[in-house]
Amino acid sequence: MKLAGETEAVIIGIIASGIRLATPVLFAGLGEKIAERSGILNLGIEGMMLMGAFGGFIGTYFTGNYVIGILLAMASAGILAVLKGFLSITIRTNQLAAGLAIWLLGTGLAALLYRLTFGVRTAAPSVELMPKIDIPGLSNLPGIGPILFNHDPLVYIGFLLVPLTYIFIFKTNLGLKIRTVGENPKQADALGVNVYKIRYLAVIVGGALAGIGGAYYSLVQTGYFLENITGGAGWIALALVIFGRWKSQWILVGALIFGMVDAFQLGLQALGTTLPYQFLLMLPYLIPIAVLVGLYKRTGAPAALATPYVRGER
Amino acid sequence: MKGITIKFGDVVANNNVDFDLLKGEVHGLLGENGAGKTTLMSILYGLYQPNAGEIIVKGEKTTIKSPNDAMELGIAMVHQHFLLTPPHSVTENIIVGLKSRGLFLDLASAEKKILYLAEKYGLKIDPKATIADLAVGEQQRVEIIKALYRDIDILILDEPTSMLTPQEEKALFATLQSMVKQGLSIIFITHKLHEVMEASNRVTVLRGGKVVGTVKTSDSSESELAKMMVGRSIIESVEPKASAKNPAILQLKNVSALNNAKVKFLKDLSLELRKGEILGIAGVDGNGQAELAEVIAGLRKVQSGEIIMDNTAITNAAPRKIREWGLAYVPQDRLNTGLILDYSIAENLILDRWYKDEYSGKIFLKQEKMKEFAEKVVTDFEVKTPGINVPVNSLSGGNLQKVLMARELARNPKVLVVHNPTRGLDIGATEYIHKQLVKQRDNGVGVLMISLDLDEILTVCDRLAVIYEGKIVSVMDRRDANVDDIGLMMGGKVAVASEGKK
Repeated sequence: MKLAGETEAVIIGIIASGIRLATPVLFAGLGEKIAERSGILNLGIEGMMLMGAFGGFIGTYFTGNYVIGILLAMASAGILAVLKGFLSITIRTNQLAAGLAIWLLGTGLAALLYRLTFGVRTAAPSVELMPKIDIPGLSNLPGIGPILFNHDPLVYIGFLLVPLTYIFIFKTNLGLKIRTVGENPKQADALGVNVYKIRYLAVIVGGALAGIGGAYYSLVQTGYFLENITGGAGWIALALVIFGRWKSQWILVGALIFGMVDAFQLGLQALGTTLPYQFLLMLPYLIPIAVLVGLYKRTGAPAALATPYVRGER
Repeated sequence: MKGITIKFGDVVANNNVDFDLLKGEVHGLLGENGAGKTTLMSILYGLYQPNAGEIIVKGEKTTIKSPNDAMELGIAMVHQHFLLTPPHSVTENIIVGLKSRGLFLDLASAEKKILYLAEKYGLKIDPKATIADLAVGEQQRVEIIKALYRDIDILILDEPTSMLTPQEEKALFATLQSMVKQGLSIIFITHKLHEVMEASNRVTVLRGGKVVGTVKTSDSSESELAKMMVGRSIIESVEPKASAKNPAILQLKNVSALNNAKVKFLKDLSLELRKGEILGIAGVDGNGQAELAEVIAGLRKVQSGEIIMDNTAITNAAPRKIREWGLAYVPQDRLNTGLILDYSIAENLILDRWYKDEYSGKIFLKQEKMKEFAEKVVTDFEVKTPGINVPVNSLSGGNLQKVLMARELARNPKVLVVHNPTRGLDIGATEYIHKQLVKQRDNGVGVLMISLDLDEILTVCDRLAVIYEGKIVSVMDRRDANVDDIGLMMGGKVAVASEGKK
């Protein structure tokens, strides 16, 4: 009986930590979804997340206030998004190349600014981890309580964003404009929608959400800023958007699979197995993609994705 | 619009054009391709800025800098190529970009207004339908409602009938009448005479960027307008030849093939082309015409059935082999499939024969032979060009098509497949191409002409077949052809039409 209770606790622990590991990918994926719906393909998410991780860390480190940290994370990633917008919307460079440039820039810039701020120290500076908030009444439910209602605020916000981004894209006037700009910018322009403005807005919102995703690593998971702390989460988010057919619910599914597999393999590593740990580390990146590819249907891509708009061109 | 002049580079697209539209009229704007009709209307719609001239709307002089300005003045334009978002609903397409009061989409009240407008003007539409599921005629109705929804006074229609069946065309004209009755004014751009005669109150004719004249439709006639439009009489009909006794040169037997979306698009299609005839394929765009041309040319896989050319089975043979056996093919997309725009005339002309000893040495191409061939073609086909080494993208549409035709005809084919051979060409070039086709026919070549332009088919072909949803629904001699019946068949009403006849 006691053994059964322990197994249950382990399973609950893995699922709960899976949800936490899924959250940053979810933020980045939902943000990228909005950008891509407007026709902007952003390969630079990873760089934006790293800038978010850095911005969130210093904001919180110097003020002790998580809200300021998160706002700074959104702003740091948002600045890169403005640059991405300038490259892809205003001067219409190749969107793939612009995205890769943003990734490299974000990676390097975050590391450089961190060194400039803190120099080289023997003990890395740290912040206290963001506290958990129990949802009163619900967090004590057996099983479900610890899995769903015993998390930091960003988990709740991230999961709320799933229906909210859906409603935003499909039920609001602005969402319709974003979709039309991503499908047929010429039509949008002819009807008086400012294609450039909408695209800037979408790419900046996407960048800000990626920034929150990045800050999750420094503020919730570790309490430190490290180079490449996001570990490829931006790339996973990008893949989830495409294989999740630009739909919030599928991005959530993909992010959860990523988080669960990651939690599971971390658990396995802790228990010690004969499998090489490199193999285990690969799993969270491989399995969600494999699952979504299996579900993949060749529909849903915004028709004008990665296509710059030039007024008056046929 | 007074004294409108606009230049693109050295080309004067509109030269001192005066145009006036009265309230409550349908005004036809008639002219050949390239006469400047669409340019003039694009100025009115704010897409281009004129170099000179002024625009006066409802008595006030205005400048229209963007479609937004135009819409604020109550001017809307339905483009020849629709501006719709296929995955979105009818309502979403109509309301996008409107100044909205709330944060959320108010689809319910928008749908109500759409249904009200639909009722008022006789435009049947389901506001919840997805654009991708609608036929072309229905999509056009969405475009018109999109304009009406914005409370306009002036509606510009650019070649509105180019993709419609004759029946859809009639419905459109009825709608125009009901809109005019409600006080709207309509400008109707076209190059088809019978349409202005049928649908307009007055006509302005443009030629070469200048106004030839504005006349009341009731005081004019088709032949008078035709003279104004081209400066001479229109294309003469070619006398059809009886070909019933000629042996078959190309046969398709129960051919099925998939389209690009992997849907079975040609369905057990059977067809016989005889020596020394021009067989026209009539139909609304997207009923399998492109797929038909491509299976014959070996560019699309045949799923079942067979194709026989001159007693040789060519089903799924390599394109080069099929061509070696006697096929020449002029694809509809001359810019991308037919020619390589950055290559010179001489290079384009040997695209299908560069590997032959005649042009190909051990390592290098034989430049002298290429030059000889190209110069001969340029002379024989009267291609207007500064030289044989200029890239073909510097040529005009008509001359491009001549180069393409020349390359194909130089093969001395047994079968010639041409797809929309004169689309976008002016009358002179069109006549030239038609003459070439007739010459091939008289030399015993079997010519298969797939064309969206029913008038063209009725002008040139000896026999014609109607294609609908991947099947040939009827084959007839041109002498027996009746436009109304063909129109019904093009719209899929074959059973009714043929039974009615019997």
